[in-house]
Parts: sequence; structure tokens; C-alpha cells
Amino acid sequence: MIGAASLSLVVAVLLLLVRALRGPTLYDRVAAVNALGTKIVLLIGAIGFLLGRPEWLDIALLYALINFVTTIAILKFFRYRSFQVPMVRREDGS
Amino acid sequence: MSDVITFLLLVKPWIGSALLLIGAILGVIGAVGMLRFPDVYTRVHAASVIDTGAMTVAIVGMIILAPTWIIAFKLVAIWLFLFITGPTSSHALVNAAYKAGLQPLIGAEARDPKQAERASQ
Repeated sequence: MIGAASLSLVVAVLLLLVRALRGPTLYDRVAAVNALGTKIVLLIGAIGFLLGRPEWLDIALLYALINFVTTIAILKFFRYRSFQVPMVRREDGS
Repeated sequence: MSDVITFLLLVKPWIGSALLLIGAILGVIGAVGMLRFPDVYTRVHAASVIDTGAMTVAIVGMIILAPTWIIAFKLVAIWLFLFITGPTSSHALVNAAYKAGLQPLIGAEARDPKQAERASQ
């Protein structure tokens, strides 16, 4: 049954990959990659349990951390066209 | 009493695997929503709801499957991190899309009929 769960997660990853490749706007792609990262975290954990090696959860935790930082970095880059702008709230609320 | 504990230990792998399978199938449903919905905001809605819910169900299943306490603790750490950062990144994403000028499809008719007509073509 864990194998069926892993297979379902692979199907979900493939569907999200279709959206990430076809997405009409940049934000569709970022949303698809963000959701895909969560699915990959679950997939790493499920395959770890399937193969009897739950130590893979360390890799899953690291992947979750990197996924969050990647999403925020991509959004910041495409808003300011630079990684070096400090993220502060401006006076006019924009 | 010991019969109950023996029975629970017997069915524990089945319950854990079933919860993991339910979480994975919910993930597939979220991915289908991501494919089928019409604009960015509805897609992010589908993806973020399913991300938090399916992830919680699947991780509860894995906690039931976990052989030792340290593994259950790692799973709780992963759950806590994903539970905090998932809505945060969804909010940042939608905020960036809105600030970049993307109009939501729902309610576009009321705001500007001509633009809605152009967007639907």
C-alpha cells in the first residue's frame, strides 16, 4: 500500500510538472514548482518507508527548507530584478 | 487488555499505510485542480489547500508507521515547517501576482466588462 501511495505521488508530480511547463504566466510556474516541492518531500518520506530506510527523512526536511527559500527568492527576484534589495515595507504601502 | 494492545500493534501498519495512501490521492486531486482551474488565483487556492491538508494526512500516516521515536520527531518537525511555510509562500505568491497587475477572473465582469471580454477570448 505504501507503493501505491508512492505511485500516486509520482502521478501528482507529473501533473504538476505539466502545469509548470505549460503555465501561461510566471506565477503559475512558481505555484506549480512550490506545490511540486511539497509532493517531493512526501515522496522522499514514502520511498524511505518503502525501502525500510526512514533516515531519508533528513533529506526530506532539507528539501522542504530549500523549497521555501527558493520560492521566496524567485518571487523577490522577479519583483525587484535583483537579490540585493532589502525587503522593507514602503511608505505608500506598495 | 493485552489482546487489545496486540490487535492495535497488528493493525498499526495498515492504518498508517492507508492514511499515507489517502494523503497521496488527495495530492493527485490537488494536482488535477492545478491543471484544470482557469487563472492563477484559483490554481494557487487548489494547490495550497491540498498542500496543507494532504501533507498533514500523509505525515500522520507516516508517524503511525514510524518504528522509533526519533523518526516520529523528525516527521513532526517536517510537518511543523511545512505547515508554517506553505501558507506563507502561497500568500507571497498571490501578493506578488496581484502587485504585478494580474486581475482575478472571478468578478472581472463587474470591474470592467470590456477587459473581461478580452480576457475570456
